[in-house]
Amino acid sequence: MRDFLQVLLVGIGDGAIYAMLGLGLVVIYRSTGVLNFAQGELAMFSTFLVWTIWDVGAPMWLAVLLGMVGGFIVGALVHEAFVRPVGDPHQKPLAVVIVTIGLFLGINGLAQVIWGATDKVLEPLFGSSQITIAGVAIQWQKIGAVASLAAVAFVFYILFQKTKLGLAMRAVASNSESAGLVGIPVLRLLMLGWGFAAAVGTLAGVLTAPSLGLSPRLMQLTLIFAFAAITLGGFDSLIGAIVGGLTVGILSSTLPRYVSAFEKMPLAPAFILILLVLLIRPQGLFGSKDVSRV
Amino acid sequence: MSDEVTAQRKPLLEVTGLKAGYGIVEVLFGIDIRVDTHETVVVLGANGAGKTTTLRAISGMIPSSGSIVFDGVSISGKRPDQLLRLGIAHVPQGRGTIGALTVEENLRVGAFSRKDNEVTSDIERWYEQFPRLGERRGQLAGSMSGGEQQMLAIARALMSRPTLLLLDEPSMGLAPLVTEEVFNQLRIISSTTSTSVLLVEQNANIALEFASRAYALEAGEILISGPSEQLQGDPAIQKAYLGV
Repeated sequence: MRDFLQVLLVGIGDGAIYAMLGLGLVVIYRSTGVLNFAQGELAMFSTFLVWTIWDVGAPMWLAVLLGMVGGFIVGALVHEAFVRPVGDPHQKPLAVVIVTIGLFLGINGLAQVIWGATDKVLEPLFGSSQITIAGVAIQWQKIGAVASLAAVAFVFYILFQKTKLGLAMRAVASNSESAGLVGIPVLRLLMLGWGFAAAVGTLAGVLTAPSLGLSPRLMQLTLIFAFAAITLGGFDSLIGAIVGGLTVGILSSTLPRYVSAFEKMPLAPAFILILLVLLIRPQGLFGSKDVSRV
Repeated sequence: MSDEVTAQRKPLLEVTGLKAGYGIVEVLFGIDIRVDTHETVVVLGANGAGKTTTLRAISGMIPSSGSIVFDGVSISGKRPDQLLRLGIAHVPQGRGTIGALTVEENLRVGAFSRKDNEVTSDIERWYEQFPRLGERRGQLAGSMSGGEQQMLAIARALMSRPTLLLLDEPSMGLAPLVTEEVFNQLRIISSTTSTSVLLVEQNANIALEFASRAYALEAGEILISGPSEQLQGDPAIQKAYLGV
């Protein structure tokens, strides 16, 4: 039982990171209808920004804050320079997806050029100590990941439900043509969406780096887990990303522990989950089925 | 309409030699349309005549050539969100419902370009005019009936307090009684606000009753134009649109 709780908590901590990356994917999917394959690499890039700022002597929290701002700017610039010129993602979704795959390779290469291929060590944002409750040890880093997810979810809730900007972003997501007709500068909002997604990705990257080591490969597995998370939760649901992320985290830590077949294939639960969801409930748990009445 | 009345009115929208299309397919072959202040104008046309293209070209949703002057300023090449700030609101074909937003959020987002603090009182005003919207303010817009969505689309467009309202076939897919209700509301709106209306329609009967002036568009060209009564009496119009 204690062993199970231990594995479960690790899974929740990892799941919180998948959920954060997933939230970024959902924000972009909702407004553009495309999956951003570069989401993980943008997170990796801005995590290197955090490392660079921390490495010159800034305290970790400040480095993360500045890294998130830097991530926001990089995300927005990438949209303006590479995504926007391709055209309306609602009309050419495939072209935009291909661009994000190109960005995946491009950003990865750029990071290798700037920071080299060897692992950097990034201090854990929430320290490396742990607390023990009823014999179950929990790293502060895992608790911090869950707290960060809660904070991000809260900020997104306020943004999307309580502000005029968020209302406009939801309008763009639901019907971009009508959003333009009511005076919303649709392209500028898509740019903001990319910025927000990259800023949240920074947090996911910073929380991943201490355990995996900071290298240009940092987010590649995490991205696959995040894809599984939003497939389960629904591509266009923020709540879905959170529920999906935690579920994928728990499955990926418990299954390999107790089912010997998964021991050597830690990614298998995520893939099986993607397949099952697509077969049984393609829109995911919370995703919308595109109901429309004419 | 007497000449004196026409003289008092100022031209609000002047479209001259408008050409537009989609890629290599030309749809409009140089059409002229004028809408004056406080005026209701209809462009009649069958499917494929170019009605929607006309409105989409005017509101900057598709590229066009020719001249479009609004309120004395050339607006060719401007984006829809820029035109909205100048006072042109467009209710698109199929109503353009923002389905994932509630009725109230649709109205609120309609006022996106406004900076004043009368948005909430304007919303209440449209709830009074369209009681069905008030009853359903918390409901997702996508789940409402076609007629309700059309009312919502009109109210959403009016939330920007436009000087010119472009309406793309409000009767589309609606039962005759519902269509009549929509046009009754439009009549009230055009008599109680200073908004001019440019409407494109297939339903000539009801549209000619509503508008004061009309154009007949066929295969991308204007065939006839004039006061609505004149078109109602025109044998060619009667044959083509009125089923007389």
